Amino acid sequence: MIPLEYYLILSAFLFVTGVTGVITRRNAIVVFMSIELMLNAANLTFVAYSSFFGDVVGQLFVFFVMAVAAAEVAIGLAIIIALFRNKETINIDEINILKW
Amino acid sequence: MTLEQVLFGFFALVAVVSAVMMITGKNPVVSALFLVLNFGALSGTYVLLRAQFIAVVQIIVYAGAIMVLFLFVLMLLRPDREQSYFKDKPQMKLLAIIVGVLMLAQIAYAVLSTTTGKVAEEASRIETGTIENIGRELYTTYLLPFEAIAFVLLTATLGALVLSKKKLD
Amino acid sequence: MEPWINAGVALGKLLILANIVLINVAYLVYWERKLSAWAQSRVGPNRVGPAGLLQPFADVLKLVLKEDIVPTQAYKPIHTLAPFLALFVAFTSFAVIPIGPDITIADSAWQAIFGDSFSFAIIPSINPGILYILALTSIGVYAITMSGWSSGSKYSLLGGVRSSAQMISYEISMGFSIAGVVLLAQSLSPQAIIESQSGWMWNIFVQPIGFITFVTAAFAETNRLPFDLPEAEPELVGGYHTEYSSMKFGSFFLAEYANMTTASALIVLLYLGGWQVPYIEKLGLSETLTVIIQVAAFFLKVAALLFFFIWVRWSIPRFRYDQLMSIGWKVMFPLALINLVWVAVIAMIFN
Repeated sequence: MIPLEYYLILSAFLFVTGVTGVITRRNAIVVFMSIELMLNAANLTFVAYSSFFGDVVGQLFVFFVMAVAAAEVAIGLAIIIALFRNKETINIDEINILKW
Repeated sequence: MTLEQVLFGFFALVAVVSAVMMITGKNPVVSALFLVLNFGALSGTYVLLRAQFIAVVQIIVYAGAIMVLFLFVLMLLRPDREQSYFKDKPQMKLLAIIVGVLMLAQIAYAVLSTTTGKVAEEASRIETGTIENIGRELYTTYLLPFEAIAFVLLTATLGALVLSKKKLD
Repeated sequence: MEPWINAGVALGKLLILANIVLINVAYLVYWERKLSAWAQSRVGPNRVGPAGLLQPFADVLKLVLKEDIVPTQAYKPIHTLAPFLALFVAFTSFAVIPIGPDITIADSAWQAIFGDSFSFAIIPSINPGILYILALTSIGVYAITMSGWSSGSKYSLLGGVRSSAQMISYEISMGFSIAGVVLLAQSLSPQAIIESQSGWMWNIFVQPIGFITFVTAAFAETNRLPFDLPEAEPELVGGYHTEYSSMKFGSFFLAEYANMTTASALIVLLYLGGWQVPYIEKLGLSETLTVIIQVAAFFLKVAALLFFFIWVRWSIPRFRYDQLMSIGWKVMFPLALINLVWVAVIAMIFN
């Protein structure tokens, strides 16, 4: 049997990869995808704990996270499309009209 | 080595490699496809964790709905080639790697230094992840959050429609 | 049971079933050409072999021998991967479809190999088998999206977006139709769904609206006429596979026919009682003969549905894209919802 820690370390690696992607990429959609990766890393932790302790709540939470992620993607991509219509770019360094 | 270990190693490797390829890839569409591969590998690890329902839903929701949406937007927007952040500041790359590794080490330390409780029996682990068990909990104890999430999705649908439709003038 | 024996049995079933599907796909093309000839008062293929029976092999040979052209603007790895993904999805869906009843084994010699019971499905142990098929269907969208994008041509791209939007839209009414079936069977396992339709309680009679929406969705999912926009060369410059040639095009072609077979098997499983033959147990036949008749009945039902697929293709004109979308969202989706309510009422009254 595989120890719980292996799953947690895998999840930690995926999470850190997601953070790195959010910080270093400039394409708004790739940043968004990195956030999805972070959400999935958190999901892996939930499922791992839930499975190892035989408690269903963790898996239910993953179900809710997926629903929220779907809603978030629908809204987020709509915002990106609206931005692209107005500014002709999805480079987050150029989208700085809120910056003083 | 048991079959479970081999499979875990395979899925973990695919997940790690595809995650790294996702954030380093130059072409956003290829990044999105690597992310799909990553979600597939995660679904495999969910099967190893006896969470069969979550494993299938992961494919249906993430790969089947969310990433297709990403691909549509990417293919139709055709964003111009992204200028890498490290092009003008190459020393930042090293810094980014160091910070990343430090962060990983921090989380890994936190994970390894905590003691975990008693691991459940195999039979109850399998029982936990079945669709019957999840459905029963979802429609009894967690009925209110379930209804709330339905409204969140409805609102998101309406919001996406309002945001992305062309202005009527 | 030893794990390696288990794997060996699964592999054996896989080999047999995959070959059945492959040969079936090859002869489906021949059959389609013969039927279209019948519909149009022609003779059809009759030169290669007796009555043209070797025509499928000639077709495949022609495709293999052609030059494989990759456009210069193409993104090569994905361009190559897409047709294989299409084939993969078309063939793996078959893994959970049981073509016959589970057999309880009494003979101890056979028990050593197969265990206590033998199942015709390749991987019978997947409990939510129907969800597995839905997951694979959603992967199938990628083959189309990838081929459209990676060809590097705007016509392919538009065709790919068109087809994948079509597939996603019809997946919803497909899912809701399946929900009706699952509600009655109270299980997601294919074998349990078939067993719930014993006698004449086939789902086609219990929920005819669901049957109609599912069949329509199956036509749209397999990109068959009347929803075959990728084939519309004159008005839409083809679809996602416009820039493919040689065996890669052949793979898409094969995947279409394999998808048709899978969809027919799925319709039989969900709505036509699977391998069930009504009242066969009243005839007093021996157990082996019963199983043989039941497996034959499954294949007969699939063949009848395949005939229906081809028949529709040569009888109904193609829909326009906006018509296709409005049928999917404004007719089929509400109908599937009505069906779900209908099934819920039935289940409430009779349980």
